[in-house]
Amino acid sequence: MTDQLTRRQLLERAAIGGAAITFPGILAACGGGGSDASEGTTSVERKLAKTLRMSNWTLYIDVKGKRHPTLEQFEKKTGVHVKYTEDIDGNASFFGKIQPQLQRGQSVDRDIIVMTDNSRYPSLLIDKGWVEKLDKSAIPNMKNLIAQQRHPAWDEDRDYSLPWQSGITGIGYNAKLTDPVKSIDDLLTDPKLKGKVGVLDDYSGTLTLVMLANGDDPGKVTDASFDRAIKKLQKASDSGQIRRFYGNSYKEDFAKGDLAATIAWSGDVAQLQFSNKNLQWDVPTEGGEIWTDNMFIPKGGNVYTASTFMNFVYDPKVAAQIEAYIQYICPVDGAKAAMLKLDPSLSKNRLIFPTKQMLDNVTSLDAKAFNNEKYLTTWNNLISA
Amino acid sequence: MGFLHRHRGLTPYLLLAPGIAWLALFFLVPLGFLAYQSLESGSIDFGYAFNWAWGNYWDAIHNYRRQFIRSFEYAGIATVLALVISYPVAYFIAFRGGRWKNLLLLCIVAPFFVTYLIRTLAWGTILSDNGFVVRTLHDLHLLGSDGRLLATSTAVVAGITYNFLPFMALPLYVSLEQIDSRLIEAAEDLYASKLQAFLRVTLPLSLPGVVAGTLLTFIPAAGDFVNAQLLGGTKQHMIGNVIQAKYLELIDYPAAAAMSFVLMAVILILVLAYARAVGTEQLTG
Repeated sequence: MTDQLTRRQLLERAAIGGAAITFPGILAACGGGGSDASEGTTSVERKLAKTLRMSNWTLYIDVKGKRHPTLEQFEKKTGVHVKYTEDIDGNASFFGKIQPQLQRGQSVDRDIIVMTDNSRYPSLLIDKGWVEKLDKSAIPNMKNLIAQQRHPAWDEDRDYSLPWQSGITGIGYNAKLTDPVKSIDDLLTDPKLKGKVGVLDDYSGTLTLVMLANGDDPGKVTDASFDRAIKKLQKASDSGQIRRFYGNSYKEDFAKGDLAATIAWSGDVAQLQFSNKNLQWDVPTEGGEIWTDNMFIPKGGNVYTASTFMNFVYDPKVAAQIEAYIQYICPVDGAKAAMLKLDPSLSKNRLIFPTKQMLDNVTSLDAKAFNNEKYLTTWNNLISA
Repeated sequence: MGFLHRHRGLTPYLLLAPGIAWLALFFLVPLGFLAYQSLESGSIDFGYAFNWAWGNYWDAIHNYRRQFIRSFEYAGIATVLALVISYPVAYFIAFRGGRWKNLLLLCIVAPFFVTYLIRTLAWGTILSDNGFVVRTLHDLHLLGSDGRLLATSTAVVAGITYNFLPFMALPLYVSLEQIDSRLIEAAEDLYASKLQAFLRVTLPLSLPGVVAGTLLTFIPAAGDFVNAQLLGGTKQHMIGNVIQAKYLELIDYPAAAAMSFVLMAVILILVLAYARAVGTEQLTG
């Protein structure tokens, strides 16, 4: 809306002098024409690039020694080398990093990025026209996408995005230090856990769980239900029940025993279990949150090459291979059957292939709450007190 | 060559040019941009527009007073601790180090070969609830049974003190090392006790080091966010944490920029007051 500068604004800003040259709006106003024109009718050059540049979260692809078998197989099959970077540590922080270039209409030097649907960013990327349409003709395997994931509200027909993995936000506990912690109320009030409770600074995950514990519907956030959730967390924070609000780093404190129980992501605990059998995870009795990380092609990325890669990882055999290592929830139909052949024990793992009962007990946060500035500020003041 | 010969007066400016260009490009321009940004309003969804939004400054001070005050508190305590710890160390190295001087100095700098982040994370392990420090303190009944060090103010201040200690110790060493030992001998010849000689000769002569050390420690410590992030709990956030969250989590650039300016202004005022109190000649030695 205000992205486009009027001529007067442009002159005003230019008058500010040298400093204003870096102002994104000016560059957008000067060089933005090209990107506007191509919007909607992305012309696709159907030729594979030499290199595919992909940004992803840590521990999110199979590893063998120092190599990634899946990426090597892709290179062998297509001749495209994958430059795979694990530089996404949070939706907001990663978005903050690429936003200035996107705003200026510059390339972010990536062909695939991965963002979570429990944040404001997927819809923001699409609304702003900062992502390319997928070349669906290059992704016949898209038919393997599980039914539940086909029509998200923010990308009705999956024109711009394809799920990478899903996971559930629930409660993890250390069986050596505590009895099973089944509910958020226990987590936030049980005096035996005082000072040994971790809470994620993940706005959507934590709020969804607390709202469910309050008997409120996270799918329809109101000022009253939001305040109730904040109040409950504030109380637990003031009383010293909560040790800290954690980002990804909760894993270390959880593994080393400083946390007896914590709000945690399913796949993380599955991976931590390799080295510490005491770490358990479950969906809280009142319900958990399900989220999905989605692949996007940022503006300027090579659509055909990225789509070809997406097609490759949607082959059930490839999906099973990735899954066997990372242990999140797979969005690819047929992966379970493929995994049965690869490692029969894993296909029974309910963290990778959740039971129907688990899936019935998970939900997600009202998308309107993702970009409510007032809520976000209140939330941030809570976690950075 | 001929040009320089004719315009001899230009030489110093030419020599300064790279430095000035560097400062202008990487300090003044971003600073101007930051000032501009701090007066914008809007949101990431609809874009930001410049409209002299002075309210950002009021919000920064008003809403985050606690974190501002806490930052200066932590930085102040850490600076005093660093001074108390490093003065004897620097004194010992300068006057008693002998041929071990270089090795001892290396010992102070050695931790710097490891990155800041890793050093701070290591403190997380040292102060962990199951670590030997906490267990020993429990055994000595110096810490309540449910007491802990990690995720407390103590841990954050300890982390800051540790991380900035060399910035204090090195300038102190340099100024102590320069003291002519004959001056101290002279004081003693004139019947000053060891303590009097220290208080009236050594200490005043080392003041430039004290001033440089406290500034080099206090200024970055006040803006630090890593220690509070990794060693603090729910109530130890410093202003650096808030700025970082505003920039990268909320993507609220104007608020973050305004807070950075407030932080800069307060530090500037404190430094000026300090310089006045100790006298400017101490700053330049």
